[in-house]
Amino acid sequence: MRIPCPWCGDRPLSEFTYGGDASKKRPKHPEKASAEAWLDYVYLRDNPAGKHTEYWHHSGGCRAWLKVTRDTRSHEISKAVLARPQSDGARS
Amino acid sequence: MSRQSNRLHQGGLIDRTREISFTFDGRALTAHPGDTLSSALLANGIHLTGRSFKYHRPRGIYTAGAEEPNALVTLGNGGRTAPNTPATMVEVYEGLEAHSQNRWPSLKFDLLAVNSLLKPFFPAGFYYKTFMWPRSFWYRLYEPMIRRAAGLGTLANESDPDHYEKAHAQCDVLIVGAGPAGLMAAREAAHSGTSVLLADDHSFPGGHLTGEAIEIDGQPCAPWAAGISDELKDMENVRLIQRTTVYGRYDGMTFGAVERVGDHLVPDSATPRQRSWTIHAKQLINATGAIERPLVFTGNDRPGVMLAGAARVYVNRFGVLPGRNVVVFTNNDDAYRTARDLSQAGATVTLVDSRAEEKVSARGILPEHVEVHFGQCISKVKGRSHVHRAMLAPSGTELDCDLVCVSGGWTPSLHLLSHVGHRPIWDEARTCFLMKEPGNDARAAGGAAATFDLNEVLSEGAKAGRAAAKSCGHGSPGNSKLPKAENLPAYALEPLWRVPGSVSRADAAFVDLQNDVTVADLELAQREGFGHAEHAKRYTTLGMATDQGKLANMNALGILAELQGCPIAETGTTTFRPLTAPVAFGAIAGQTRGKAFRPVRHSAMHHWHEIHNAVFTHAGLWMRPYYYPRKGEDFAAAVKREVLSVRSSVGMVDVSTLGKIELKGPDAGVFLDRLYINSFSRMRVNRARYGVMLREDGMVFDDGTVSRLGPDHYFITVTTANASAVMQHMEFCHQVHWPQLDVQFCTVSEAWAAMAVAGPNSRDVLARTVKGLKLDNDTFPFMAVGEGTIAGAPARIFRISFSGELAYEVYTPAGFGAGVWEAIMEAGKPDGITSYGTEAMTVMRTEKGHVAGPELDGRTTAADLGLGQMMSTRKDFIGRWMTDRSGLAGKDRLQLVGLKPVRVDETFHMGAHLVNDQGVTGVDVSQGHITTSVYSPTCGHFIGLALLRSGRARSGEQLYAVSPLHDESVTVEVVNPVFTDPNGEKMRG
Repeated sequence: MRIPCPWCGDRPLSEFTYGGDASKKRPKHPEKASAEAWLDYVYLRDNPAGKHTEYWHHSGGCRAWLKVTRDTRSHEISKAVLARPQSDGARS
Repeated sequence: MSRQSNRLHQGGLIDRTREISFTFDGRALTAHPGDTLSSALLANGIHLTGRSFKYHRPRGIYTAGAEEPNALVTLGNGGRTAPNTPATMVEVYEGLEAHSQNRWPSLKFDLLAVNSLLKPFFPAGFYYKTFMWPRSFWYRLYEPMIRRAAGLGTLANESDPDHYEKAHAQCDVLIVGAGPAGLMAAREAAHSGTSVLLADDHSFPGGHLTGEAIEIDGQPCAPWAAGISDELKDMENVRLIQRTTVYGRYDGMTFGAVERVGDHLVPDSATPRQRSWTIHAKQLINATGAIERPLVFTGNDRPGVMLAGAARVYVNRFGVLPGRNVVVFTNNDDAYRTARDLSQAGATVTLVDSRAEEKVSARGILPEHVEVHFGQCISKVKGRSHVHRAMLAPSGTELDCDLVCVSGGWTPSLHLLSHVGHRPIWDEARTCFLMKEPGNDARAAGGAAATFDLNEVLSEGAKAGRAAAKSCGHGSPGNSKLPKAENLPAYALEPLWRVPGSVSRADAAFVDLQNDVTVADLELAQREGFGHAEHAKRYTTLGMATDQGKLANMNALGILAELQGCPIAETGTTTFRPLTAPVAFGAIAGQTRGKAFRPVRHSAMHHWHEIHNAVFTHAGLWMRPYYYPRKGEDFAAAVKREVLSVRSSVGMVDVSTLGKIELKGPDAGVFLDRLYINSFSRMRVNRARYGVMLREDGMVFDDGTVSRLGPDHYFITVTTANASAVMQHMEFCHQVHWPQLDVQFCTVSEAWAAMAVAGPNSRDVLARTVKGLKLDNDTFPFMAVGEGTIAGAPARIFRISFSGELAYEVYTPAGFGAGVWEAIMEAGKPDGITSYGTEAMTVMRTEKGHVAGPELDGRTTAADLGLGQMMSTRKDFIGRWMTDRSGLAGKDRLQLVGLKPVRVDETFHMGAHLVNDQGVTGVDVSQGHITTSVYSPTCGHFIGLALLRSGRARSGEQLYAVSPLHDESVTVEVVNPVFTDPNGEKMRG
């Protein structure tokens, strides 16, 4: 399996570390988030047969965290983008 | 030396001007360059090469390729021993040493051939059914006995002196197989400009053309193939690797291959023996050809029975006539060329064809004098160690012979097309399984697509090459002229899965030659309800040998279908999985063996530790001093001395292995506030603080120190074990959760050497050697941070204590590490400074009640460890919000406590469980467990840390520490986990 890193191009699986489901977002206002919201974020995961968005860390490369869309049946990767939102750059 | 009695006077692609010597079972023989071990043995009149796996039946050379089931030999000796190597794939070199296998005491007389006589008692499933009881006998008696009796070659016990390497390759189009289809595909794809990798498992290209007497474009086919490959070798976008088996296809068009770089050469230390390739391609052309099927009749495993295509290869490629009195038995036209070529080479040939005469179109290619028996089968051959007679049915004719060539048709090699989950589909018209939907990134051409007419093969190969190039974005340069091969008879196969009705003994008609599975075994499987292909395979072990049923599977499926009275499509197929052929462990390991198995990390002071007699321990990849025994000291004595030296005077330990991360930026403090349970953004510059990180689920992740070196500049240390995990976690938090924070950080673990100087005299020692920094308690109090120089080297000094003593951590750029360490050791001489290892460090942190790895086991919260009061309630941080869950706040949590034995001379083990009542053990009565236990020289007895249910409220209670593993039950008392200096006066003084 190869992952197309937006910085480094197609790189072999051995350079990456899996980071789990990327569809979950840490609650934006943690102090206001309900116990259910935390339960969902920390524990609840779907296990789809098909497209799955997941984090991969290019740990043996540029150290970027990526959001990768992978088909769990064929391991075909249809998309790989930087996990870091691209609009930032300056302090907000 | 024996004469090569079966070598023809002319013909073959061998160098007759040179002779090479080799041995087989100690017998000196000769061969010519270009020979394989199997062709050389046949040239010397040797068919018998081994004994079979289960029944120890004599077996001979059966094929001329990688699918060889019988002629498995052991090459070399000592550490170079390579067992189970197909003789058909071994190129003979000067001095080659080969041995037959699975025979004792000798190949011709094998005592365990008695198994063959007992065969009626060894049906499929025999071992499962018979050796069930009594259970203990399986390990002691049955299994060792069976292991000795059954089997193939024996592994060497010595290490392999040769070296192996790994390589990566990338290409647009990977073509596997350099036969006619593969060569044409490569030529067409290459001319369109796409990058081509052509991998072939033989020593030179041409595939089956290297063993055929066919003309292409008016010249013999072997030189024609050589011409195409020469053209390819001149092209920059083509890479042709020979002696390379592509053994597996993996996700994302990744392929595994092994190249036998030096297997055909006299072993030397410079040439790698094999090279393991990882190949990344965009398109696959599977031009792996087809494998001929055996025919199933009684005695079909006898030496002298051989595939018809293989016999042709021995004549045409090697100039070897494997028999002089030959019977060719076939159900198709292809084997007629074997009859023709052997006849022309001087053999007397009789042809037996299971088909009726009117279905055969190839009669015309045979010389007139070749006798043909239409509508007949061989029902049995006779000859124990070599075939000498074939009996025909239904006619009853008997034919004397010394070679029986069989052809049951051809099975396309679909392995690489199937590995990623595509299923082959039965094609009734072509009587084979085909990959009809191989996906958009793979295609088959030639024999692998059941195309057997050579002109069609050539055009199909070219077409596949163009199509693959087009898929990679390379247009065709226009159709080049196709070569024209001579017209050959049609294939015209009529299925014959086993000789019908006339198999006189089904238990001697072999379907799987390598695993000794017979027709009778398949019948038994069917009777006992294991008739599905996947069940029959496991029940009989058919197809589970090193050849993975390349020869056997198709006939087995045909026989099972006949037994069930259903079409083959309904019996199902088994699943092809990598690897397609055995690969040596050495090739898979490559360079990563011995000391290079994984990297070893040494601190800058490693050499000093070595010359000062350190005993090392592994900490991840690091080698760390465990203790430094002096003359006459054992482990306990050395550790005791090291601890007491620190507690009474001064000692130093190498802590370079700590993970170190430097952070800069206006938001560095805020970022750390969100990572740790406590706060750092308002910590003063030049101060350090202990910090704890949680996982988002509220469990403790890591601990260490955070130091502020400047307003926007922090330096943190993390545990040795978690160094890379913490860095990864920080990158995740920054890139995913808080990208708006203006902070940059990087790991500097390797950049700094670090040492802790501890003990009441540590200040005096450092004061003698540190320049540019005042160390008195008012200027440089507990948790102060400063910079100075030691022996001229820059040093960061942190007044941090893990041991509980007055202590300092000294950091210096790694290149100065050894010099600074020695300078401090020198300065400490008047105080008797001692170096101490990780065990003394563990003893002292336990005496001080500091938690470490055994307590941070992923199930403990900060509150469990008594660190709950550190947790800020005024900020968001990772893990804060899940900590409030009622389950984590419960009173009955396992909490950190100290333990001591009630009788001071008693000891207890880490991992022991704590129970309330003596003699009552079990998971349900466990009150917790001991996480750390050490002998404390300071206390004069064993001490321990434990996680105990509601532990903090149970101080003074007596419990039992039980370890059934050590047959141990000790009365212990629950105490405060801080055993020494509970108010911290020493480290603050």
